[in-house]
Amino acid sequence: MPMSAGDIERFIKEALPDADVVINDLRGDGDHYSAFVKSAAFSGKSRVQQHQMVYAALQGRMGNELHALALQTAVPEDA
Amino acid sequence: MDDQTRSKISSEVNSGDVVLFMKGTPVFPQCGFSAAVVQVLNHLNVPFKGVNVLDDMAIREGIKEYSSWPTIPQLYVKGEFVGGCDIIREMFETGELTEMLSTHGIDVQIQA
Repeated sequence: MPMSAGDIERFIKEALPDADVVINDLRGDGDHYSAFVKSAAFSGKSRVQQHQMVYAALQGRMGNELHALALQTAVPEDA
Repeated sequence: MDDQTRSKISSEVNSGDVVLFMKGTPVFPQCGFSAAVVQVLNHLNVPFKGVNVLDDMAIREGIKEYSSWPTIPQLYVKGEFVGGCDIIREMFETGELTEMLSTHGIDVQIQA
């Protein structure tokens, strides 16, 4: 069952409550999204670690229900 | 993942300076994300070894556990996981990829 943009945002915010999350549906098929996630929890982490934190928030759906998530992460300036 | 798969993956990861676990082959990538990373490496004239995960389901699933990264492609430099398509593209755009390759002693010649 494909995921909705709302599902993705909810999962990410459950794991990263302070996160700013912007989701774009790239193809309208529930399978190809882009996401921009900004959170203080990323501070001091490598890009790989930041992306792994987002994938962990999706609890195993990445690469399964969710085929493609073009991901960009950032740390707030004041973090 | 069983030990046999883990050792197969480990030997592939360490079988070259730059190893790309991908869907398809460098000449015939079978996924847009894999093709994007091939394009970046070709643009930088970096020789690399392509491992077609579609040839071996155990590697296709095992590599995700090996690096705790859920998707393909996955790029390894000198045995170290660097990232998937998004990260490689971002690193390429910021110049970090060229810098990282050079510090690992891998020659980069940007195609004109």
